Amino acid sequence: MSRVSRWLAQHWVMGVALLVLGYLFLPIAVVAALSFNRPSSRLSYDFNEFTLDNWRNPCATSDMCDAVLRSAQIGFLATVAATALGTLMAFALVRHRFRGRSGLNVLIFLPMATPELVMGTSLLALFVAGGVPLGFWTIVIAHVMFCLSFVVVTVKARLAGMDRRLEEAAMDLYASEWQTFRRITLPLVLPGIVAAALLAFSLSFDDFIITNFNSGTTVTFPMYVWGAAQRGIPPQVNVIGTAMFAIALLLVLATMLRGRRARRSAITAAVPAPRAASRS
Amino acid sequence: MAQETPAGDLRLANLTKTFGPFTAVDDLSLTIAQGSFFALLGASGCGKTTTLRMIAGLEEPTSGQVLLGDRDIAGLRPYKRPVNTVFQSYALFPHLDIFENVAFGLRRRGIRSVDSQVREMLSLVQLDGYERRRPTQLSGGQQQRVALARALINHPQVLLLDEPLGALDLKLRRQMQIELKRIQTEVGITFVHVTHDQEEAMTMADTVAVMNAGRIEQLGAPADIYEFPATAFVANFLGQSNLIAGEVSGSNGDDTLVTARGARFSVPSARARADEGPVYLGVRPEKLHLAGAAVQVPAGSQHLEGTISDASYVGVSTQYLLRTSWGTELSVFVANSGTQQRFAVGERAVAYWDPRHAFLLGRRADEDDRTTPVLDQPVGASS
Amino acid sequence: MSILAHVPAGSGQPASPPQTARSARYRFLPYLLLLPGAAWLLLFFAVPLVQLASASLYDPEGSLSTGYALTWAFGNYPTALQQYWPQFSRSFLYAGMALVLALLMGYPLAYAIAQKAGRWKNLLLVCVVAPMFTSFLVRTLAWKTILSDNGWLVGLLRDVHLLGPDGRLLATPIAVVLGLTYNFLPFLVLPLYASLERLDYRLLEAASDLYASPLKTFRRVTLPLSMPGLIAGTLLFFIPATGDYINAELLGTPNQYMIGNVIDSAFLVRLDYPQGAALSFLLMSAILAVVFVYLRRAGTEDVL
Repeated sequence: MSRVSRWLAQHWVMGVALLVLGYLFLPIAVVAALSFNRPSSRLSYDFNEFTLDNWRNPCATSDMCDAVLRSAQIGFLATVAATALGTLMAFALVRHRFRGRSGLNVLIFLPMATPELVMGTSLLALFVAGGVPLGFWTIVIAHVMFCLSFVVVTVKARLAGMDRRLEEAAMDLYASEWQTFRRITLPLVLPGIVAAALLAFSLSFDDFIITNFNSGTTVTFPMYVWGAAQRGIPPQVNVIGTAMFAIALLLVLATMLRGRRARRSAITAAVPAPRAASRS
Repeated sequence: MAQETPAGDLRLANLTKTFGPFTAVDDLSLTIAQGSFFALLGASGCGKTTTLRMIAGLEEPTSGQVLLGDRDIAGLRPYKRPVNTVFQSYALFPHLDIFENVAFGLRRRGIRSVDSQVREMLSLVQLDGYERRRPTQLSGGQQQRVALARALINHPQVLLLDEPLGALDLKLRRQMQIELKRIQTEVGITFVHVTHDQEEAMTMADTVAVMNAGRIEQLGAPADIYEFPATAFVANFLGQSNLIAGEVSGSNGDDTLVTARGARFSVPSARARADEGPVYLGVRPEKLHLAGAAVQVPAGSQHLEGTISDASYVGVSTQYLLRTSWGTELSVFVANSGTQQRFAVGERAVAYWDPRHAFLLGRRADEDDRTTPVLDQPVGASS
Repeated sequence: MSILAHVPAGSGQPASPPQTARSARYRFLPYLLLLPGAAWLLLFFAVPLVQLASASLYDPEGSLSTGYALTWAFGNYPTALQQYWPQFSRSFLYAGMALVLALLMGYPLAYAIAQKAGRWKNLLLVCVVAPMFTSFLVRTLAWKTILSDNGWLVGLLRDVHLLGPDGRLLATPIAVVLGLTYNFLPFLVLPLYASLERLDYRLLEAASDLYASPLKTFRRVTLPLSMPGLIAGTLLFFIPATGDYINAELLGTPNQYMIGNVIDSAFLVRLDYPQGAALSFLLMSAILAVVFVYLRRAGTEDVL
């Protein structure tokens, strides 16, 4: 009996954690299941009958695929712009001293702490007051704005963690400022920039609230789902949802596996080659 | 390195570096002969690394010159100087393999065929076969050798080493000291080695400069500095010393006479850094011997009496503390040669020495005796 | 040495002419790097906030078609608050309830991943983030299926008499709070995990060695040391949860509407900009006030 209670004492945290993970994955499972569903009626959210039609024909409702494509375009543009601007800012913040640094830090931090609702409505107020027609480009502008801070923070962290001596070593080894940047700094910061870009893309692709206020009649994928929720969701939405999940998960797991393999070969390599070992 | 000539001595002339109100290097002037192994020794924060970085070009001097031969290189960017550095904790490029790390300098200077040079260099540091490994896959000692190869392959006129062995464990450090010395002899390049480890400096360097608070306290061959330190700081930083406060009371032929704690001592005038006023009478712990009573002290020796207050057996020797009548504890190292009498804590004993082993240092009038703690470690070694 | 000047900037007193030119060139570099990004944030984040503030003071009699006049109509605020007080307070109530739930679930999860997962750590961490790979709206709609009246969950709860024979989950406050908890849980877990991961297991062993019971160890060691992550996570959870209206819209009914729903309709349906702007501003001020009070209290050494 006491063995059982000791086991419980040691493992209940893990047990709770697994239950919570189950809670997190439950809707994903439902989305995946519904992607194989032939709904009984347009407004039904219940599982009715198994079918592969939705997967064979993801663009049966062409509006939806247009919306996905538009979200991808907006995500791409916003990612490129936010990553470029944010990376430059991160470099300035980590590498240089200048006046107004603390003010700038506040300006970068605030968008992350402001409710999306407030950012969305305030931009709308600006666009309306300025007579800017709402649409594709106002969405891009808004997305660049709220992605920017996340890019700065991500790249900054990577840059701050980089050993300055590596750059000094490169300069010591005859690399000019530009060569040092090109050969050392950029390759070492690149993972941070890539992570920032991925984050920006996913934020942009999935944004609803800010987009909702600034889209005019332009329909992104989240906007489409929102509209469809009133009229009845085509099951293809669940196909897109499942596919997004699967692709992202595969990407992440692949990177993880690659990292693990590199680490494992590092361990074998730490055992020195026999010849060198006998000499050193 | 841009040009092979003009080679020559490395000279620092009135080199000064200030960071705001803090003076890191204070009007430093010294000459490092071409082809020598030179060590800058000091506790952390003494300005030794800043000096090194000014030679490398990674720090701009506030004033002063860095001359290589007759050329002032103080204004040149680091990549324009025929100087290379082995960085503390190596700074190997983590995204490049060992081959590319070593080839980095050659490639930046536009040299196309680097293959044979890199392999040659890797075999000099005994790392053949490691070309395609990444730095993180190597042990500390191996990384250190890659850092060395990466710098040496450029045939710099001066090689700077910033605490190159600091990250290695004791045993590996000893091996690498011998290795570094071997390589320096082989390539004949001027080595400037920064370290806080007195033993490391003494083992490898031809010339040691002891730095303190941005200035050089003493410069010379390791044995000379150790046997005849110039200041109380050097006497205690490089090994240990018993420094007893006294006054010069006159001279007698080749000897300087000293009065300390009511007793009279003499030191050869050639070993006196001061010939009047307040002085320290210094004797190294291993130069002191112990006897049970004053009558056992050999003729020609000088002595002090006291009580043994501590005895630590450390294998090769026994380290005693002898408490004098005025309370100062002198340290005495007695070799465990098997012929020496052992003393127990609480016993009366007499410490004696040959006056030729003592030295005299100048002292500020308000300074009291200075002895070093029992631990066999230089001041500031744990930095 | 931390006082090393950075190389490319090359500031300080230059020793020779070429470096003077360098310093001058590099002095402007940071401003050049910052200019585009900072301008973007000023123009599309800061200026709009000012615009929003002025819109909240527009004459409430105006309309989009006839145009608005800035009449410093401070009355917009009390009017809006009076009219939408239920939705306003409900936002904070629901977000607060969701936060409590999220803490109860998120802390054990973060703790288990950080301290108990061993080699599965990274995989479990991916599992926390993975649900966010699908669209926020699609996930929320999935909850509609799970909580639906003829779904298995409601059936089960009815069978064990936790719900009456006509009891519902969907279109109740429970559904909205559950949805909020679900959608923002990862934002709470990740910073918390980062804090707990840095926690040295030996400290816990030391505490139990010093006669602390598991509960005391948690209160006196684990909890205080995880405070930075807990604070960051709580804010990252609470701020978007309060401003959210998707869950209320999709999982609730107008009886569960939060302030976001009101603002959304003010701007997009009723086209009452002054009122929408006033409510937005009120929401932001209220959140800032809550955050400020919370940070003040959490900042003290002993939180419990």
